Formats: sequence, C-alpha cells, structure tokens
Amino acid sequence: MDTASPEPLLSLEHAEKSFGAVRALADGDIALFPGEVHGLVGENGAGKSTLVKILAGVHRPDAGRLVLDGEEAIFDNAKQSQSAGIAIIFQEPTLFPDLTVAENIFVGMQPLKRFRRIDGRRMRREAAAVFQQLGVRLDPERLARGLSIADQQLVEIVKALTTNARVIVMDEPTAALTTTEVERLFGIVETLRARGNAVLFVSHRLEEIFAICQRVSVMRDGRHVLTKPIEELTTQSIIRAMVGRDMDALFPTTPSEPGAVVLKVDRLTREGVFTDVSFEVRGGEIVALAGLVGAGRTEVARAVFGIDRSDAGSVEIDGRRLPPGSPTAAMAAGIGLVPEDRRQQGLVMDFSIERNIALASLDTVRRAGLIPRGAERRFARDWALRLQLKYGKLTNPVWTLSGGNQQKAVLAKWLARKPTLLIVDEPTRGIDVGTKAEVHRLLSELASQGVAVLMISSELPEVLGMADRIIVLFEGRVMREFARAEASEEAIMHAATGIVEDAA
Amino acid sequence: MTTLAEDRKVVEQRRSSHVVAETLFRFRELGIVFALVVVVAATTIDNPNFLSASSIQNLLSGAAIIALLAIGETIVIVTRNVDLSIGSVLGISAYAVGVVYRDHPHVSMAVVFLVALGIGLACGIVNGAIVTIARVPSLVVTLGTLYIIRGIDGAWAGGNQVNASMLPESFNKIGYGTVAGIPYLGIIAIVAVGIATYAMRTFRTARDFYAIGSDPAAARLAGVPVGSRVFLAFVLSGGIAGLAGAFWLSYFGSVDAIAGVGYEFQVIAAVVVGGVAIFGGSGTVLGAALGALLLNTINSALVVVNVSSFWSQALAGGLLLAAIAFDRLIALRVAPALRTRRRTRG
Repeated sequence: MDTASPEPLLSLEHAEKSFGAVRALADGDIALFPGEVHGLVGENGAGKSTLVKILAGVHRPDAGRLVLDGEEAIFDNAKQSQSAGIAIIFQEPTLFPDLTVAENIFVGMQPLKRFRRIDGRRMRREAAAVFQQLGVRLDPERLARGLSIADQQLVEIVKALTTNARVIVMDEPTAALTTTEVERLFGIVETLRARGNAVLFVSHRLEEIFAICQRVSVMRDGRHVLTKPIEELTTQSIIRAMVGRDMDALFPTTPSEPGAVVLKVDRLTREGVFTDVSFEVRGGEIVALAGLVGAGRTEVARAVFGIDRSDAGSVEIDGRRLPPGSPTAAMAAGIGLVPEDRRQQGLVMDFSIERNIALASLDTVRRAGLIPRGAERRFARDWALRLQLKYGKLTNPVWTLSGGNQQKAVLAKWLARKPTLLIVDEPTRGIDVGTKAEVHRLLSELASQGVAVLMISSELPEVLGMADRIIVLFEGRVMREFARAEASEEAIMHAATGIVEDAA
Repeated sequence: MTTLAEDRKVVEQRRSSHVVAETLFRFRELGIVFALVVVVAATTIDNPNFLSASSIQNLLSGAAIIALLAIGETIVIVTRNVDLSIGSVLGISAYAVGVVYRDHPHVSMAVVFLVALGIGLACGIVNGAIVTIARVPSLVVTLGTLYIIRGIDGAWAGGNQVNASMLPESFNKIGYGTVAGIPYLGIIAIVAVGIATYAMRTFRTARDFYAIGSDPAAARLAGVPVGSRVFLAFVLSGGIAGLAGAFWLSYFGSVDAIAGVGYEFQVIAAVVVGGVAIFGGSGTVLGAALGALLLNTINSALVVVNVSSFWSQALAGGLLLAAIAFDRLIALRVAPALRTRRRTRG
C-alpha cells in the first residue's frame, strides 16, 4: 500500500555535521512524503538525533541541502523550522511547567483579539476541540506541572497540530511510555498520516517500526545506509543494515583465567529504572553491559558504586555485602568508576592534571592532614608516565588535554587506587582511534593482572572485541547473557531491541 | 468510546480537583490580604489612631514607591533574572530631577518626567545588553551596575543636596496631594499595578516572560526570542525605576547622593513575599504590590506600637523566610494533586 505521491514534502540530502573533531553526521539523507510514516532506525550514535535537530533548526548542517516543497530551505533557528510547517516532538518533552496546558500549546502563537490581546477563551476552546478530535481527555486549563510523560507528549502533538504542521518528527516518542500509552500514540500517528501529514518516526524498537511505518531508513556511523518500503524488509535485514560492518582487529586479546568472583550483583532493583538485575564479574574477566541508551546500563553501574540507592537486592564485593547508597564504602571495598561523562563527572575541569590524578588517592598522598605539593606531583607524574599521558605541564588545567588524554587521566586517577573492580562507562566515547586502542590495551592488561572489569559500551565492536561475557539489558532487565564465543552483533541487537528468541 | 456526557463529567471532576490546587496557588494573594487585615486589626486595638485618615495616607504613599519598583522587579524575576540596580537607578534619577529643577526652575513637568524615564531606560538598556549579549548572570551584572550607578551619582552630587524649596509647588504636590482622601502616589501605584497585572496576563510578550522563566531551554526550542525578551524586561525595570525616582523626590522633597540606598532589597523582599517565584515562571504583579503594602504596613505598625525599628527589619526577614517556606510547602502539597492518574484511551 504505497500511498506516497512522488514529490517529497521535505527532504535532506547529503547533510554533514561535525562538533569539533567529532563527526556526528557524515551523510544524512532522508525524504518524507505526505500521507506516510517514515521509520528511522540505527544504533546509538548513528546520527539520528543530529539529523532530527537539523530538521528542527537547532543545528545547521555544515554541508548538504534541505529541500522543502521542492525548494531549498535554510533554518537558522527553531522558529523558522516551525513556521515552515515542521513540528518536532522530542524524546524529552519540553513544556513550561508554570503555564497551563492551553498556554503551552499556543506559546508564541496565541489567538488574538482587539489590541493584540490574547483571546484566552478561544485558546481554551481550540485546545479542547483538538483534544476531543484525538479522543483525549485533558483539561486545557490545568498547569503543565505534574503531567505524565505521555500526557506531555500529547500536549506537544496537539501543539504540532494547532500550528498546522505538515511534517511531524517524533524522536523516540515511545521510550518512556507504557503499552497502553504507546497504543494511544499509534492511533494518533495513524490519524496524522490519514490527514496527509508526513511523519518521521525515530525508534529503537523494530516491532513499532513494523507496526506503523510504510517506509524505513537505516543509518549507521552517521551515514544513510538504506531506504526501502516496509514490505521489502524483515527484522533480520534491518538489523543487518544497522550493524553491518566488518569487525576490526583492533582488539588485543590477552587470554586470562577468570579467578574468584569479585562482584556479585543479586536481584538489584531501583524502582522505575531497573529491575531484578543479577550478574557476577570474576577477577581477570571483562564483562560488558550492553543495551540501548536508556536500557539502564549506567544506572546499574551507579547503583553498584552507590551513587544511587537501590530499592532491593544486594551488591557484594569479594563476598562482603556493600551498604547501598555509599560511594565511600564502594571505594573502600576497591571499586573504581570511570563515568560516562568525563567532563561533568570524571574530572574537575579547572583543577590541574596532577590534582585530578591524585584526587582519589589523597589518603596515600596526605602527610599529617596536609597535602604536600611535591608528593602530589611525584604521585601524579608516576601514573601519568605509566599511562603514557601526553601533557604539557602537570600544573596545567586538565581541560587543556585532548579528549583521549582526559580519559587517560580519569583512568590514572582510579588505577592509582589499585582497584579490585573497575567499572568503565563508555570508555572510548569521543576519543581518537589511537588512544582508543591504548585504552583497550590498558583494560585488557588490567584484566590479565586479575582486576575485574565491568564495561558499559554502546559500540558493539568494542563489546565483542573486549568482553569475555556480555550481559544485554532491555528496559531495565537482563535480557540475555552471552559468552564471547556465542555472541554476534545481530544476536546482541536482537536482545537489545527486546526481541525474544527461542533458545537454540 | 464513552459518551459525551460521561466525558464531560470526568472533565468536570478533574477540573474541580484542579480548582483546589489552583486556589492554593492563588491563596498566596488572599493570604497576604489576610495577614494585612490581622496586622492592621491588632495594631488598631493597641492604638486606634492607626486607622486614622492621615495614617492610612502615609501607609499608601510609603508603599506606593516600593510597589512601583516591584512591578519592574516582578517582570525581571519572572524571566529567572534579578535586577539589583533599581535602588541606584532611583537615586540617580531623583538627583537628576532635582538638579534640573534647581538649574531651570520653570521647566515643564513633562520634561522632568522624560528625564527621569530616559535615565532609567538608559540604565535598563545597559543591564539588559550585558545580561543578554555577554551572557553574564544578571545577579552579577546588576550588582556591578548597582555600584557603578551609585558611584556616578556620588561623584556628581558630592555633598550637595537639592531640597524642597528648590522644587516647584506643583511637583511637590504629587508627593503629598490627595483626591477624596487618597494620596496621588497611591492612586498612581494602584493604576500602574492594575495595568501591569492585566498586561502580564494578556499580551504575548508578557506570556513569553513566564515561559522563559519556567524553562529557558524549552522557550528557545519553542521559538521564543529569549534574548530580546530578557532585554526588554530589564529596560522596563530600568524605566520604571527611573520614573519612581521622580516620584520619590516629590514625596521626600530633598535628595542627595544616598537616595534609595538599599531599596532593591526591600523590593525583592516584597516581590518574594508577594508570591513571585524567585526562580521565575510564576507570580503576579498584584501579589508583589500587596507584598510591598504588607511589609510597609508592618513597619509602620511596629512604630505605632513602639517596637524598635531594628525589630521591623528582623520581622521582614522572618516574613521572607516564611514566604519561601510556604512556597515549598504548597509545592509539595500540590504536586500529588496535579499528577494525573494513568488513563486508558477513551
């Protein structure tokens, strides 16, 4: 049932976008047709969100063309994209909690009466009318504060409808919804499609794509890979297109005999975040936590380290139970955590390199309650040397380092504590290939020295190349566990997108 | 599908629960009025003269200037900014008006008010430009301009003073004149607060102020011109403070280099007591003006019942903390009422 007319409403051709040295989009390409729901899929970091933000007018592409109704268009800001008839529903709805629902819908476009005064009555009436059309019960006069995510999304959708948007982009709209809410959303998407709007539906969940899309585009590593009508695709072929790259032989394999169980996580639960997560990491073993963004990987790591308190279940190190919610106890027990966001969480950006490296080891450096600068520097120099950190002066602020060397500084900080368990969250995100290989070598050396390593990574080649075992999370639950030999990119993606397979 | 009647019933039930929540939010203004009544009643029992005509006139005139300043400050705070420079702007504007009259005794009143407005707008433009273009937090920017403007004022005025004898009678009369027993200044403040309260509800630009203060990032995504709106808020606040300088001079009759020192804090206290959220997004000009009236009434009441004026400051501080605690309490109480229950599709 190809209802598309030949002329796309909106298309993006060969768009490129870089942020500093990171190339988020190398070849973004998409064409949206009226009366069609277009699915956009790809792994984490494939460039989907960057593409959406270009359509939204939030980012300007470095190269490429945006074509609206057959004419080239340039959006400098969100307003221009809006007035061109494009409405974006972001994953995290962006409402104003202090304004009423009706005001949120009409912000900046309130109906006016004489003397440019806002016509509040008409505003409420129109909002109520759209709600009724969609079969939604929501009071336009209530404040937006306290609305559920699903209702907030509805408000965003109604906002899109009242601006007479012709192109509606939904960036992972179902991520935070319950099943009934997803059904309601699908009903609305279908209504939009039937009215002749073009809908771009970005999602990780392939069942959803098959449920509502007429056409699918796949992106990988910032590039457009394929676009096909849904009838010509299967789950298999989409997943193959999403991951389909050669395994690079970048990964050092230092075989090591797994030792005793170092970390034992038993039925760990944090309500609404992750549920009933159990796994073990042995000394000398690298275990990867895989899954999509939002599957709860980082949250599990934070709970193990005690940053967030768990509601149920236990964490044991070397057979001793850790008190929940205490990073101090976790550190004393020998856990190190290299966080996902090194600028915000891993380093104190304005501190010098030496102070950052010594920061977690002040107990060792301290003499009579004071921290001698000389001792601190010797300590930092020693570790900088071991990790081959490239720096100007140790007294320079740590932000002067490149991304890869910043990451090494974080690693140095934790390695200096001689951890028995090292948790690394996205250890190679945003760093160059050379340093990446060094970080990989370092991790596998650590494992061979008997350290237990728990690695979170969104890069499947990294997961497959480094890990001895792989635990896949989906929506806060352990979906599957793979040994190195039985894992493949396809199998991991299947588990990560929630597709249950029969055990072969 | 449920029937329309059932739909309506559900909506109405829901609305009634919101009415409770919303009344609690608006309770603030009622609460201030209530506090005002209590203060006035208690003081009057102690000293019946507190309700005399002249005493009420004094209360209104005294609160009028703070209430005027509170209009501008409310606009700025609603956008999640703050303007600390208003006391200095008022001071330099008042002195400028005095100097104009001293040197040109026969100048028309319109010119004088234009001078006051112009000085205020200029200061507001400087504040707004630094905050929006250089993207420096307004707390720091206006703290800086507070001292700079006061410094210029001090250098200009030196030890000089302009007093009532150098001002024309028509001008002085603004400060003490009454219509039907109500002081001019009180009428001016009431009219201004009324207009501002209405405007803040009714114009797109004003609703943009609330949107910006509620969530600046979302405002940008929604296409609200955040920079120019914040700039406008500072210009309005500056302009109002400039005009307030002229009124201040007409009320006090003499001006030197320290006119209006510390006013910014009285005004911010009034605004916060009046229910304007210090982090922006909610609150009304009416509430802020009532806050000004309440604080001023408490001041006067303490004088009447012979309590040292030091205590009145402590009490104002206590009231401020109580207002913030009240906000927090309401927020916690109201949150569950505002949370929607999960619904299935109708």
